[in-house]
Amino acid sequence: MITNKISLLVGGEAGAGITRSGFLFAKTCLRGGLDVFGANDYQSLIRGGHNFYTVRADAEQVYSQADTIDLLLALNKETIHLHKHELVSGAGIIYDGDQTTITDEEIGRDNIKLYPVPLRKIVKELEGPQIMENTVALGAAIALLDYDPELLNEVLRDTFKPKTAELNIEAAKRGYNYAQEHYGNDFGYRLKKTASAGKHKIFLTGNEAIGLGALNAGCKLYAAYPMTPATSILHFLAPLDREYNMIVIQVENEIAAVNMVAGASYAGVRSMTATSGGGFCLMSEGLGMTGMTETSPVIVLVQRPGPSTGLPTYTAQGDLRFAIHASQGEFPRVVIAPGNVEECFCNTIEAFNLAEKFQIPALIISDKYLAESHGTSEPFDQNRIGIDRGHLITEDEYSGEEEYKRHKFTEDGISPRAMPGTKGAIVRTNADEHNELGYTTEDPQLSTKMADKRFKKLDALTKELENYETVKLYGPEEADATILAWGSTKGPIREAMKILSKEDIKLNYLQIVYLNPFPAGKVQQILQSAKKTIVVENNKTSQLSSLIREHLLTTVDHKILKYDGRPFNPEALSQQIKEVL
Amino acid sequence: MAFKKALIDLNIEREEAVLVSGIGCHGKMVNYVNINGFHGIHGRVLPLAQGIKLANPNLTVVGFAGDADQYNEGWGHFAHAIRTNINMTLIVHDNMVLGLTTGQATSTSQPGFKSKSTPFGVIPPMLNPLAHALVSNGTFVARGFSGDMLHLKGLIVEAIKHRGFAFIDVFQPCVTFNYLNTYDWFRQRVYKLEEEGHDVTDRKKALEKAFEWGDRIPIGIFYKKERPTYHDNLPHIKDVPLTKLPTENVDITSTLKQMM
Repeated sequence: MITNKISLLVGGEAGAGITRSGFLFAKTCLRGGLDVFGANDYQSLIRGGHNFYTVRADAEQVYSQADTIDLLLALNKETIHLHKHELVSGAGIIYDGDQTTITDEEIGRDNIKLYPVPLRKIVKELEGPQIMENTVALGAAIALLDYDPELLNEVLRDTFKPKTAELNIEAAKRGYNYAQEHYGNDFGYRLKKTASAGKHKIFLTGNEAIGLGALNAGCKLYAAYPMTPATSILHFLAPLDREYNMIVIQVENEIAAVNMVAGASYAGVRSMTATSGGGFCLMSEGLGMTGMTETSPVIVLVQRPGPSTGLPTYTAQGDLRFAIHASQGEFPRVVIAPGNVEECFCNTIEAFNLAEKFQIPALIISDKYLAESHGTSEPFDQNRIGIDRGHLITEDEYSGEEEYKRHKFTEDGISPRAMPGTKGAIVRTNADEHNELGYTTEDPQLSTKMADKRFKKLDALTKELENYETVKLYGPEEADATILAWGSTKGPIREAMKILSKEDIKLNYLQIVYLNPFPAGKVQQILQSAKKTIVVENNKTSQLSSLIREHLLTTVDHKILKYDGRPFNPEALSQQIKEVL
Repeated sequence: MAFKKALIDLNIEREEAVLVSGIGCHGKMVNYVNINGFHGIHGRVLPLAQGIKLANPNLTVVGFAGDADQYNEGWGHFAHAIRTNINMTLIVHDNMVLGLTTGQATSTSQPGFKSKSTPFGVIPPMLNPLAHALVSNGTFVARGFSGDMLHLKGLIVEAIKHRGFAFIDVFQPCVTFNYLNTYDWFRQRVYKLEEEGHDVTDRKKALEKAFEWGDRIPIGIFYKKERPTYHDNLPHIKDVPLTKLPTENVDITSTLKQMM
């Protein structure tokens, strides 16, 4: 009997409520005091195809999905065929026996437990919509796991309007009763409420965490154009605009979005936009304008596989170099890559602070896997980071002795920033090279001086970042090998480390959170004592390896790369690590 | 000059107005008018200006664009800015040629117009910005002529006073690269709508006038009718500048609780 350790997969065609039902199960586990990770996998279509959502719940902390499935909720037969190879011995399959027949021969083995439940029949009896079949299956799953059905009911009540909730609760109950009656204690997995049951932890996606970070950082204008997998930031913020006194606007395209947030930033407002690779291409020129005009929007780049449209609903880390180099010319920028939901929140606040303090664009680079997977966290600490708007003149009247100069030369390159509307200050900026007042110039000396001014800010920023957690080291200081990675690979890497530590393999892992400016000193320090280095990335060309080579003149020993649109799975990753050790 | 005079007429302080310009000869205005200014990139005057106005509705925001800037590179923003109806003004310096790049055709160059990029003459018909503005639910659609500065100033005053998105296309002949549509060419053709009893609230009539081109070309206000602005539909913001809202201590507890 295995207790409080489960990997469940819900699968079916698009439009069957797959993500929703996976999420409901995950939340039911969360409320029972478990740590949960939920990941969705869907195709770029509205109906048909194959979608699935995996939930991994554990009494211990979980960082990613598992490689294998213990319980499969198959809302169609295709789901069984597509996932049968991932089932562990003793795994169960809940499916509609009236609609689907399945045999051990079809599955190809006899150690899988089949739990047919008349999903459609039960929904018909209740005169509910067909989509409710997944709730019946959830009820059956709760029974097989001998879990508290009231936890699911509570989640259903929190999710749906009262009438729909009651209908779903009834559907779940019938699924529960059917499974209990027919299969009793047959299944070898159990879930039990733990001491930390209740509403204590939060369960959310990376995109939602970025949205929360923006709200907490005082972002007042969010402008965007929908693009998977960045869209859910727009979906998250749009209904909250009234509560948080902000403007959330869907504009005609990404070019408009980046220019609009640049305008708002010039006017003195914290502003943000988000997109994926294609939209970021369109934003590139505007990004350069923010560099030249020293405006400070936050831009979120949620990666998906390219080139071009690529695999629009899948994951990748192929845009790191693009984020660092996008747009013509040279200007300082900060590029931050959170690795889990908590970092999404914290790094977003940091991005706003750094952008304003150094009057530069701040880029947050994430990917579909992090953006749309749900992770568990303690409720975010709202006061840990604080707000730093840098040298911003907030008085209604400018009191400087000389004429206000938006691009004034200073020691650290940072010019005091007045908002247009401030009495006594004319705030002028310019995408053309300009003088301190913002007037166009083509003078060679002045042009050099202005470029130097902008890059002085990079020095100041680099210095400031010494006090930031630009890198994070996990595992023992002395290790047989050091993994180097950035972004969403964090979850699978930490899981793989758990697996390998049981085999007495001593690994440590350096997560590089700030990719630009590159924290060369801190990385160098770790590399000096590393016996063997392994870079793990979701891309083809190992862009992190090239950054390390660029900044530290070092070649990493091994690269483990995955570029099929799917995230790393911990077990498979641990095998790959063992192979190169 | 007409713009400066309009600001003086309207008693708008230098600090209260923002001049946003794109790329082209017009874009250099930021260097010649001593008010707040943002000289942006080619074609993007509108979203930039909209962002400024959304952030601080207390500012008078006036966008300046060229014909290639707005009607070629920035065409994608034009109809959207008009229908979004943020309270600001767009003035397009329409000289029917690309001047700063030394003379190529634009979307308002006349068919047959020979330029460096169209040595055998422009092939497609002219784009009609006024008609487009009208069918995009424009609330203030006008055309001026730089050869009649007093009239143009009057239009700019009306446009800035207008509550909503105001658009003025201005014939502003390029004395270097447009040999065809010269000051004289326009002087022989333009006439003022207001002198012929045009009803500015009649959109059908305005659309008819927008298609008038040839021996007689109308200038003046084609259409003017207020409808709720974008801010009017933001009851939680109204006219409070976002710049005045606190960025510190934003409490997200209620939203966090929904994620438990």
